[in-house]
Amino acid sequence: MAQNASARLTGRPGWQRLWSDERTRGLIYQLLVVLGLALVVAFIVSNTIANLQRVGLASGFGFLSEQAFFDINQKLIEYSSTSTFGRALIVGMLNTVLVSAMGIVAATGIGFVAGVLRLSPNFLLSRMVGAWVEITRNVPLLLQIIFWWVLLTGLPKVRESLTIGDSVVLNNRGVRLPAPLFEAGFEWVAAALLAGVAAAVFVARWARRRQELSGQSFPVAWTGLVLIAGLPLLVYWIAGAPVAWDVPRPTKFNFVGGFNVTPELVALWIALSTYTGAFISEIVRAGILSVSKGQTEAAGALGLRPGQTMRLVVIPQALRVIIPPLTSQYLNLTKNSSLAIAIGYQDLVSVGGTILNQSGQALEVVGIWMAVYLSLSLLTSMFMNWYNRKIALVER
Amino acid sequence: MTAQPFHRSQGDMLTGRAAPVATVGVIGWLRANLFSSWFSTALTLLALYLLSLIVPALIDWAYVDADFAGDNRFACKSSGACWAWVDQRIDQFLYGRYTADQTWRVDLAVVLLIPALAPLLFEGVPFARQLRWFSLAYPAVATLLLVGGIGLESVPTDRFGGFMLNLTVGLAGIVLSLPVGILLALGRRSRLPVIRVLCIVFIEAVRGVPLITLLFVSNIILPTFLPPDVTLDSLIRVIVMVTAFASAYMAEVIRGGLQAIPRGQYEAAQALGLRYWQTMGLIVLPQALKISIPGIVNTFIGLFKDTTLVIIIAMFDILGIGNAMLAHPDWQGLSTEAYVFIALFFFVACFSMSRYSIHLEKRLDTERRD
Repeated sequence: MAQNASARLTGRPGWQRLWSDERTRGLIYQLLVVLGLALVVAFIVSNTIANLQRVGLASGFGFLSEQAFFDINQKLIEYSSTSTFGRALIVGMLNTVLVSAMGIVAATGIGFVAGVLRLSPNFLLSRMVGAWVEITRNVPLLLQIIFWWVLLTGLPKVRESLTIGDSVVLNNRGVRLPAPLFEAGFEWVAAALLAGVAAAVFVARWARRRQELSGQSFPVAWTGLVLIAGLPLLVYWIAGAPVAWDVPRPTKFNFVGGFNVTPELVALWIALSTYTGAFISEIVRAGILSVSKGQTEAAGALGLRPGQTMRLVVIPQALRVIIPPLTSQYLNLTKNSSLAIAIGYQDLVSVGGTILNQSGQALEVVGIWMAVYLSLSLLTSMFMNWYNRKIALVER
Repeated sequence: MTAQPFHRSQGDMLTGRAAPVATVGVIGWLRANLFSSWFSTALTLLALYLLSLIVPALIDWAYVDADFAGDNRFACKSSGACWAWVDQRIDQFLYGRYTADQTWRVDLAVVLLIPALAPLLFEGVPFARQLRWFSLAYPAVATLLLVGGIGLESVPTDRFGGFMLNLTVGLAGIVLSLPVGILLALGRRSRLPVIRVLCIVFIEAVRGVPLITLLFVSNIILPTFLPPDVTLDSLIRVIVMVTAFASAYMAEVIRGGLQAIPRGQYEAAQALGLRYWQTMGLIVLPQALKISIPGIVNTFIGLFKDTTLVIIIAMFDILGIGNAMLAHPDWQGLSTEAYVFIALFFFVACFSMSRYSIHLEKRLDTERRD
């Protein structure tokens, strides 16, 4: 009855009325999308099953426990060509994490220094840094990685190695650095380091509380430095220097001793950190510029020195602008480390590619890639979001 | 100073004096920008020293001491760069293995790009209205020119290479990723849960993985998804993947712009009786896109640089051609020259894009006009 009445009122048949209802329309659209998607998925799945049966490939992750017959020259954990595919993937993943972590640290340093220098009142300096940033940002990363790698592998051969102070050896097989050998008594040094860090944190908290209560400041930075660096050094000296250095020694064909950093890792690291550093410098510059001049002037009026103004007033406010885009640069760096495959640094994608060729388990390998990169991205985002919340503006 | 009386009657006016020489003109500028303090002076001297080391050495290497002619690297006798290969290999660097007597078609497509882009990029272009129709037709015209058909000899896409491959993939990706990105951004903010969830899953999954894995997927996995008798052209697969990758980033950039539009704009549009697409197309997107210009152009630049990744799936773009040349005994060891040369192409393209975006931002900035 009521429906008839409304139909008479609007003067439209029922189906048209249904169509002009936004919610019903939305429901119909969504149903169509779900239907279309289901068809596409069904098409893909049926094709995939047919194709896999045709080539006789069993799907599943059983292949991970099969033997990998290839070698990996850059490894953080025990691995040989008799290890399994699964272990090879872990080695690759650790290599990705290694170069990403190294890159993130270096890129942050380069980016902050370059960003601040670019804002320098010195015309020449700011222009030179600007030119470097523009060149680095506008040339493909892949080209830069290959360029650095060719440069490093073009270093002198083993016989004509360059040495720095008899302990660092540079040649076309990489950089060989002295390796520390920890002897008995070193655990005391490590313990002293931990104690130093704990004491520094404690002092910082105590100094902050005292400053909030009484306004008296305390040289936290110097005390922290003495505690963190001085304490372990003191213990190191008392314990009788329990670290020996395994220095590279030349043999007939190569150097032995110390540990070798491959040219691939160094090239990838330099390229990733300068490329991302150039982007970060722009973010830092924008962040510092976003803090209004009135803040600097007000800090000056309160009698803060330029250094204090920067550290206590400008940087904390700039960080709020800097952190979100900085996070996405970190994620980009991690993902860009996959370009390692072009120069043969065996990261997750490179190792996965080899496994994919050997076993033919393409779907599974790609699934693992996606899972690992997604979880790395999530972990980085979670950490950066936590940090972002910590420094966020406290509002009412 | 001492000669002047401390008190002065109101009627007396001091005659104006010129500003001190040290604060105006060249000297003033130098003092303010290069020698403002002892620290700044030290930095200036350091910078000048570095420049004096780098610039002359660079000019000597690239030009003064360089060789420009010869059939192989042994013809280069001097200490500087060896550019002899440029003359020999430039066609490969530009066109890859494109059929040799047909390369005029590539040139024509690039030349036609100027009238196609001009009315979109600049104001005050003559015949802008008619030219916009040409801009719309350009993708079809360029495809016809490059691939062939209607009387033009057909050139298979696996012969595409060199910088034209970078341009083809880059331009196709740019043209396609903007609309797809807009749709994804709108979808992510849609009120329909199914569409919203689908867009979020797509955007986050694509942004979470490196482009290389997507290219691997297109090369290795896509065939298993399709019936055995169906094959997709590898150039199309690459363009699809590059577009999918860039459009996910584009969607996030545009979403940022959409979020900056105040609710009042949506409500006012609804109050005027505009439908969803009218609201978006006429009110919201023009404002949102304007805010997002820097991000959009950055995504374009990133996409263009990412076209070098095709070498990983065995396509020979300009970088691939360069590597192939460096593997040839005639030109081995000239990697610095080759990579500097290739870098120049990308630098010019990307740097001009970023300069244009700054120009456009200023032109569209309606806030500060008058």
